[in-house]
Amino acid sequence: MSMTMAEKILARAARLDETKAGNIVMADIDIAMTHDLTGPLSVKSFQKIGVDQVWDPEKIVVLFDHQVPADSLEAAQNHIFMREFVENQKITNFYDVREGVCHQVLPEKGHVVPGEVVVGSDSHTCTHGALGSFATGIGSTDMAMVFATGKLWFKVPETIKFEIEGKLGKQVYSKDVVLNIIGQIGADGANYQACEFGGETTSNMSVSDRMALCNMAIEMGGKTGLVEVDDKTINYLKGRVNKPYESFSTDEDAESLTTMYVNVTDLEPQIACPHNVDNVKPVGEVEGTPIDQIFMGSCTNGRLDDLRVAAEILKGKQVSNDVRMLVIPASREIYSQALEEGLMNIFVDSGALVCNPCCGPCLGGHVGFLGPGEVSLSTSNRNFKGRQGSSEAEVYLSSAAVAAASAIKGVITDPRK
Amino acid sequence: MDNTIKGKVWKFGDDVDTDAILPGRYLVLTGEKELAACVMEGCDPDFSKKVKEGDILVAGKNFGCGSSREHAPISIKGAGVSAVVAESFARIFYRNSVNIGLLLIEAKGISKNVDEGDEIEIDMEEGVLKDLNNSKEFKIKPLPEFMRGIMKEGGLISYLKNHLAEIKDE
Repeated sequence: MSMTMAEKILARAARLDETKAGNIVMADIDIAMTHDLTGPLSVKSFQKIGVDQVWDPEKIVVLFDHQVPADSLEAAQNHIFMREFVENQKITNFYDVREGVCHQVLPEKGHVVPGEVVVGSDSHTCTHGALGSFATGIGSTDMAMVFATGKLWFKVPETIKFEIEGKLGKQVYSKDVVLNIIGQIGADGANYQACEFGGETTSNMSVSDRMALCNMAIEMGGKTGLVEVDDKTINYLKGRVNKPYESFSTDEDAESLTTMYVNVTDLEPQIACPHNVDNVKPVGEVEGTPIDQIFMGSCTNGRLDDLRVAAEILKGKQVSNDVRMLVIPASREIYSQALEEGLMNIFVDSGALVCNPCCGPCLGGHVGFLGPGEVSLSTSNRNFKGRQGSSEAEVYLSSAAVAAASAIKGVITDPRK
Repeated sequence: MDNTIKGKVWKFGDDVDTDAILPGRYLVLTGEKELAACVMEGCDPDFSKKVKEGDILVAGKNFGCGSSREHAPISIKGAGVSAVVAESFARIFYRNSVNIGLLLIEAKGISKNVDEGDEIEIDMEEGVLKDLNNSKEFKIKPLPEFMRGIMKEGGLISYLKNHLAEIKDE
């Protein structure tokens, strides 16, 4: 039977020869990730089931990234609670405050393997499909079930495949591509579906650019993002994943497949305007909008490629006095590489604030809160009302290039000019 | 799960996201009552003081979009809300709600035909929702059978307690 990539991976995980969209399958979980913010609820739910030990401590990853270092008494207590769980359950894959954002650290440390099923108690777990895994965000009670049994039920999703063609213009990036797609199909345009990214443009993208695409699948309602494994993926995995893996691809005649063709040849930098991710406009329509804070980071665009783009624009320039710019590398590895390449000097010299690897202001629960009436331009993934602090603040989303160019001017700026 | 529910309506729009339901700054909290005190704060800062036991939320499409935070449905359930009725729900929120035993109901046309303050009656057996103020009736989309099983047993934790051995063997 012809199947999609998502169907093939879930069939494997459910130990079936085949499966199709709409079926309910009980899948074996290969990796289950939880963090400091949703971890405590997951553990409390697990403790209610009445099982003493988790199913496999080596398949669980616990990571602190949302409130690191602890910024309140409650956060510190949550950290203590999770550290105790890690110790009691003998969980070896534990990354305390120092490593960075889960959706960067998991692939870096080799926990994401093509053809496997990854679940995380974080909605942006869909990011990991960029390496050819089926990865999806789940809630705390579902995570408790995984902790206890190593299994989770899934409704096998249909697949929407975005065939992306055309050469990206100067200062246009994968973030612009995915914002453009979300603007076209809407915040629920791919609800319950697997979002697969293919075509020549995707092939030409780096793994980190593909991660940005898959990261945003949830912003159109997607269950996961997916990109087929190719040489770039294999190169990325070298030295990180040291076990054999299976690569799956979508059969063109799979029944549950819908294809959407996207040509990006003339695409301009895109901006998601307040207060919905699908409120997307070309940068020209919002140029000149005054900004109070710029956040350069997150599991969407806090990777080395993004920092290089931003540093190139900021080199020898100053961040406007009207703006606070926060640069937050997505992981320690990225931070270290950026230091080595001299990128951090550029940010510091330009007047940006460099913070430790963490989720930063993205979720309005740690550093860089916005006050009433303030406006943020952010390379993260959500601009919901109140997302970064006050519900009277506004958040615009963009690529790293737009963020850096706007930092210099203090207003939303087209980086091509 | 009762077969018939009656309650007063609070109206919300399309794409109500999890930050509107439970803002990120409260994610450090884990208790149901603490979370209930912040419910829907992103839409209406005083909502937790207005909502009463048994009230029903009615919204447009894609309710609960965004984060996987289970804090969001927990805050709604903790506030005593008996059901959320919407044109459609976002995926993770939907699963989380069923898992904790918060009743979600999909009913097409509901958001434009029911007003805030109306009393509505939901008959789960018949699959019908009725606005008692204007007598309009709506068909409700039943939960998939598998999820109905989880709801009937009071959520995923109770379900797991009852079926752990068979799930492990599957």
